[in-house]
Amino acid sequence: MFELLGIPPQALFGQLLLGLINGSFYAILSLGLAIIFGLLNIINFAHGAQYMLGAFVAWMLLNYLGINYWWALLLAPLIVGITGVIIERLLVQRLYHLDHLYGLLLTFGLALIIQGVLRNQYGISGLPYTIPSQLSGGQNLGFMFLPNYRGWVVLASLVVCIATWFVIEKTRLGAYLRAATENPTLVSAFGINVPRMITLTYGFGVALAGFAGVLAAPIYSVNPNMGADLIIVVFAVVVIGGMGSILGSIITGFSLGLIEGLTKVFYPEASSVVIFVIMAIVLLIKPAGLFGRTA
Amino acid sequence: MSAAVATSGIKVQQATGGMPRHHVAIFIALLAAGIVAPFMLYPVFVMKVMCFALFACAFNLLLGYTGLLSFGHAAYFGFASYICAYSAKSWGLTPELAILLGTAAATVLGLVIGALSIRRQGIYFAMVTLAFAQMVFFFCLQAPFTGGEDGIQAVPRGHLFGLISLRSDFTLYWVVLAITLGGLLAIYRIIHSPFGQVLKAIRENEPRAVSLGYRVNRYKLATFVLSAALAGLAGSTKAIVFQLASLTDVHWSMSGEVVLMTLIGGLGTVFGPILGATVIITMQNYLATFGAWVTIIQGIIFVVCVMLFREGVIGVISKWIKKPL
Repeated sequence: MFELLGIPPQALFGQLLLGLINGSFYAILSLGLAIIFGLLNIINFAHGAQYMLGAFVAWMLLNYLGINYWWALLLAPLIVGITGVIIERLLVQRLYHLDHLYGLLLTFGLALIIQGVLRNQYGISGLPYTIPSQLSGGQNLGFMFLPNYRGWVVLASLVVCIATWFVIEKTRLGAYLRAATENPTLVSAFGINVPRMITLTYGFGVALAGFAGVLAAPIYSVNPNMGADLIIVVFAVVVIGGMGSILGSIITGFSLGLIEGLTKVFYPEASSVVIFVIMAIVLLIKPAGLFGRTA
Repeated sequence: MSAAVATSGIKVQQATGGMPRHHVAIFIALLAAGIVAPFMLYPVFVMKVMCFALFACAFNLLLGYTGLLSFGHAAYFGFASYICAYSAKSWGLTPELAILLGTAAATVLGLVIGALSIRRQGIYFAMVTLAFAQMVFFFCLQAPFTGGEDGIQAVPRGHLFGLISLRSDFTLYWVVLAITLGGLLAIYRIIHSPFGQVLKAIRENEPRAVSLGYRVNRYKLATFVLSAALAGLAGSTKAIVFQLASLTDVHWSMSGEVVLMTLIGGLGTVFGPILGATVIITMQNYLATFGAWVTIIQGIIFVVCVMLFREGVIGVISKWIKKPL
């Protein structure tokens, strides 16, 4: 086999694949954050906890009710999304007239509660979730071994991201959403129920996080802290990409995952900070973010 | 509301010249409490409260008086404690020099991160500061001198100025009391200086402050650096008290805790964060055995404070007695 800069191709492509998978999660999560921020003007700090909740719901469905992965892929985001709707109706809604920072603090508190409750119940050692039988095994691509499940994660994330982009940019519903983001008062004057739209948008953004959680469950062990550190990286991704563009979030998410993977191959010590370094550089060169509009 | 409080603050100050009488009374009461406390309570516990009170007040300088939410203040607190602990242990610096060096490190870190972070506003500022703090966390996890997961343990307390042994909790207590009160008075002075008035103007209406000719970004950066330095002072002192620097102090949950302390006591009040720190540390002390319950209760307090109690304890009292506290 050929070698690239002294790195065996299995290692290189293996890390690239891992980077692509992390990138999938960055993309889905930053997409959800961007949609929520666009309409609600709050940063949903609970996003990481809701991602973790998605994984836990999938685990509970399997272990308590015997519901398999494929149904969980549908049901878990729905359940997490409904909890999101309840949270928006009960709590978040009352903060819109205040400084945006209060929304951040509220959702931070919610994240602490969700994490604390699950940590109390299940500990921090992590629960295993087996890969569904249809996706076990893998393909030998010659230059690397591709586990089926990992390929599926990348594919599913791409499909979900593109579908979300399509709905928001190309459909009538999406047009309402974009209009309400620009000027909610005017849109409600046209007879559209903006508060309900806001609630459902929050629910949808949260459901995206839950979906990512289900995808992640078989790869990483299901544990209460899985979202906490991830969400901070996603914040950096959001700062790098800027929240102005849906497609921008997706591209930034995937490419930063790849860059992180490459760093793991060539300079592993820096892999945990490379995204933050890129964030610093972007702040120096283009403070509004790569795809952001200057506000 | 806060604008009204701020302006009435100026009036009181002008009427009496210098510190208003009820503030003098509170500082004297704090001093008295600080003198009595080690005889009634476990000195190490009181020292912990004091370190966090200083930390929260430093944070409040940024959030409460300038309106900048830094979600990464643990970075300055924790990084300073590492530098202080390392220099005291490996270089054998005397405690006051180690604390100064830790504070200086936090100042430089605050200058770099602050200069980058103030390029974004509002919610982005919070995310950027959090992300940089996480970077500092990873650095502290991996750097060779920090001892990774173990942290730096058994840091010698040493001899103050090379003369007075700080081995006894009781002796150390008076040093910590002096540092804390000094820090608090410095913050008080900053808030009530002309510089502090400009900060409040930026908080209330940034475009207006710009139109009045203030270089807003310089003020923001200066406050950021001051706040980071004072947080570093608190962190370094804590390292000497507990003879330990660990990852807990750089972790994002510590950044959240200091926000909570400030919120509970009252954003933009002089004495609120002191009370908030006391409440949170006491709570952690009593609930330490319950594990994750501490996190849950902190989360609930966050939610309750944000939903129902945004002015905080001291904020509410200040409204009752119609005097800024």
